[in-house]
Amino acid sequence: MLSRIAESLFWIGRYIERADDTARLLDVHVQSLLEDPWAEEDLACRSLLSVMDSPAPPPTEAVGRAQVLAILAYDRESPAAIAGALLAARENARRAREVISTELWEAVNATWNQLPSHLDLSQPHEYFRWVRERAAVVAGIVDSATARDDTWRFLVLGRSIERADMTARLLTMRALAGAGGPTWSTLLRSCGAHEAYLRRYRGIDSDDSAAGFLLRDQLFPRSIVHALAEAEACLAVLGPPGERATEDAARMRLGHARTSLEYRPLRDVLDRLPAKMETVQRACSAASDDVRARYFPSRATTTWVGEAL
Amino acid sequence: MADLFDDYPAGAAWDEVFDRTGAVRPAYAHVRDTLVQMSETELRGRADALARSYLNQGVTFDFAGEERPFPLDVAPRVIDGDVWDTVAPGVAQRVRALEAFLADVYGAQRAVADGVVPHALITSSTHFHRAAHGIEPPNGVRVQVAGIDLVRDEAGDFRVLEDNVRVPSGVSYVLSNRRAMAQTFPELFAALRIRPVSDYPRRLLAALTAAAPAGVDDPTVVVLTPGVFNSAYFEHSLLARTMGVELVEGRDLFCSGGRVWMRTTQGRRRVDVIYRRVDDEYLDPVAFRQDSLLGSPGLMTCARLGTVTIANAVGNGVADDKLVYTYVPELIRYFLGEEPLIANVDTWRLEDPGALEEVLDRLDELVVKPVDGSGGKGLVIGPAASAAELDRLRDRLRRDPRGWIAQPVVQLSTVPTLVEDGLRPRHVDLRPFAVNDGENVWVLPGGLTRVALPEGELVVNSSQGGGSKDTWVLGGVPPARSSRAAEHPQSVPVGSSVPIDANPDDTRAQSMQQQQSRSTTPSSGLDGAAVAPC
Repeated sequence: MLSRIAESLFWIGRYIERADDTARLLDVHVQSLLEDPWAEEDLACRSLLSVMDSPAPPPTEAVGRAQVLAILAYDRESPAAIAGALLAARENARRAREVISTELWEAVNATWNQLPSHLDLSQPHEYFRWVRERAAVVAGIVDSATARDDTWRFLVLGRSIERADMTARLLTMRALAGAGGPTWSTLLRSCGAHEAYLRRYRGIDSDDSAAGFLLRDQLFPRSIVHALAEAEACLAVLGPPGERATEDAARMRLGHARTSLEYRPLRDVLDRLPAKMETVQRACSAASDDVRARYFPSRATTTWVGEAL
Repeated sequence: MADLFDDYPAGAAWDEVFDRTGAVRPAYAHVRDTLVQMSETELRGRADALARSYLNQGVTFDFAGEERPFPLDVAPRVIDGDVWDTVAPGVAQRVRALEAFLADVYGAQRAVADGVVPHALITSSTHFHRAAHGIEPPNGVRVQVAGIDLVRDEAGDFRVLEDNVRVPSGVSYVLSNRRAMAQTFPELFAALRIRPVSDYPRRLLAALTAAAPAGVDDPTVVVLTPGVFNSAYFEHSLLARTMGVELVEGRDLFCSGGRVWMRTTQGRRRVDVIYRRVDDEYLDPVAFRQDSLLGSPGLMTCARLGTVTIANAVGNGVADDKLVYTYVPELIRYFLGEEPLIANVDTWRLEDPGALEEVLDRLDELVVKPVDGSGGKGLVIGPAASAAELDRLRDRLRRDPRGWIAQPVVQLSTVPTLVEDGLRPRHVDLRPFAVNDGENVWVLPGGLTRVALPEGELVVNSSQGGGSKDTWVLGGVPPARSSRAAEHPQSVPVGSSVPIDANPDDTRAQSMQQQQSRSTTPSSGLDGAAVAPC
C-alpha cells in the first residue's frame, strides 16, 4: 500500500474517533453545567480548554460554554474541533478514495455534506448526538465491510490511538474539575459505559471503581487499556520490521503506557491522575509520530531551491 | 406584542403563575419571561423536540395500536424552594406515621386497643392480608417507596389527596422528564438553580440494600416486573437499569430450600431483596390468587422465613385505603406525637352517623371515591355526573358505605399548559416520592406533576388522559464546598497540556490545492505562451 494512502487511512480513523469523543466530552461538560446550578462556569470552561490544549482568553474575560463550543465543536478550521475533524476526515477519505469502500466514502462524505444543517447553536445536544451517530455509522462500515488487511489495520490503529488519547483527556477533565465537576456516572454515560459499568459492579458505584473502569477495564472497548492493547495488536500484525528498524518504537511506547496503568495499584494511578493521563497522551502522540516515521516516511518534501552556485 | 399568555383566563382555582391581580408570582418570573419571549412557532418546535426525544427513548404508551409519546408539557411547574422546604417534611412525616401504623397493624394493634382506629376498619380493608401478619422487615421498613399525592387548594395550601404505599409508580417520568427538559431548555437550566433529581436510583438502591435480611453483606437486589406488557414496564426497566440490578419476571425466580433464587446462565443465584412491581394478589399463587402467572410460588414462605425481603412489604394496601386516609392526621398525633404538617382534604366517612344522609343529599356537589381504587378508577365527580348516574351511585353508597368516601370538589391549582389556543390554565396535582432507608425518609425534590389536558378537567391520572410536567424546585443551599483549591475547577499547568495532532498533509493541502487546480485549469496568458510553438 502506498504510504500516502496508509497515512490518510490512519488519519480517517483518528479524525472520526476524535469527532466522536470530543462530542461525548463536550456533551458531559455542557450537561454538567446545566445540572449543577452552582457550577463555576468560567473556571470549568478554562479547565476544559486547557485539557484540550486550546488557548484560553485572558483572565479578565469570562469564558462561557458558548465560547467553548465555538472553539471545540463548531470551528471548521481547527482539526481539534468536531467540525474541523469531520472536514479533515473527509479530505483524507478523498485522498484514499481508491482503497476505501464506496460505502465508507459515502458515509464520510455524507457526514461532511450534512454538517452545515446540523450546526444548530441552540441545540448542542442534538448536534453531539448526530456526530456520535455518524461516527457509529463509519465505525460500523469499517468493521463490517472492510477486509481485515492493512487498510483495516491502519484505520483501527488510528482509531485506537485517538481513543486512548481522548479518554485520557476525559479523565483529566474530571480530575481537574473539582467538586463541582461532572459526576462519574455522567462521565460513564457519555462513553456509553454506564450500563456496562453498573452491571459489572452491580450498582455499588464508587468513584474509584468508575475511574478504574474507564482506565483499565479489560472488556470495555473504550477503556484506555483496551484501546492501547488494540493499537498494539494492529502494530504487531502491521510491521515486518523495516530494513533498519531493530525495534518497534511505537509499540514500545504504547505498551509502556498500557502496562504502567495495568500493572500498578489503582490507587497509585488515581492519586496522580492528571500526570498519569499526560503520560498516556504523550505516549499516544509520540507513537503517532513513530508510526508516521516508520510507515509514511515521505515527509521530507523535495524542494527545489534555485540557488546560485 | 402578542404572546402565548394572551387572554389567559383567571379561574376559581389557585393559579400558580398569576395571582388574583394578574401579577406574576416571583418563583415563575424567569420562566414566564423566557416563555413570553419565545414565538409560538419556537415553543411548538421545542414541544415537538420533547415528543421526539420521548419516542426515541421509548417513553410511550399504546394508543389504538400506535406508539404515542407520553405527553410531557413544555411549560414546567415551578415550586419555590421555601415552599418546598415546608412540603417535604410534611411528606416525610406522613410516611413515618404510615410506617408506624403498618407495623402496628401487622403486630400488636395498639392503635385499635387505644381506640384510635376501629378494629373493623382494618379487617374490612380489601388490602389487609393476614398472610403478612408476623413478617418482620429486617430494618423495620415496610414502605421503602411512597408516593403521597398532593393538591393545592383554592387558597394555595397543599393538601394530601391520597397516600400510595403499595407500588407507587411514575418516578421514571420524573427522571426522564428532567433529562428531556434539560436538553430542550438549556437556557432555563443555566439561569435557574433547579434541584437535581438524578439521585433517586442511588437512594432507592441504598434503601433496598439496607432492607436486606440480616447477615447478607453483599445483597442481590432485583426488580420484579409483571413483564413487557405491563403499562409501567418502561419504569421497571429504567429503575433496574439505573440501579444496575436484574429485572426479573416471576418465571425467572424459584424458591428452593427456603430461599429465593433466579435462573442465570451461571446456574442459580440467590436473591436477597425483591423490589416488586407486582400487586400483592399476584405475588405468590400459594398465598394469594392461585391462577397468578406473574409471581413465584413460595415467595411468601421465604419472606416469612426471613431469607428474602419483599419491598414494598405485602399488605401495605391497608395504609392507603381511602377510609384509613381519613384517620391519618390522628395516626400522626398518636404515633409521632406531632401535629400534621400537611392537612387532608375534608372527607366524609359514610359510616359516621348522619354522614351518609348528608352526602346522599348533596351528591351533585361532591366527589365520591371507592376506598380501594387507584388511578382515578370508579371516581365520580358530582357536578359533572348525570342524574341517572347519581341515582345509581346513591344506590351503591347505601349498599356499601364502607366502600366509599366523599369529598368536596377541590379546585386543583392551575398551571399554564400548551394547548391549541396557546398557554392555558390546566389543573395539576403533585406526587412527591419518598424513599425510606430505615435511617431517614428522603423526599425527592419535586415529584411527578400530572396535568389534566382537557379544559376544566379535574382528574389528572395518566390512565384518564392526563399528561405530565417537569417539576422544578428552585434554589436552596448550595452543597457545602470547602474553599480548598482542589475543590474548584483547575487548568492543566502550562507546559503539561498535550497538543492535539493533525495530519501534516492537511495543512500542506491548501498550497498543493492551489498548484493542482492551476495546472488543470490553465489561465490564459502565461500558459498559452508556454505551449505556443517556437
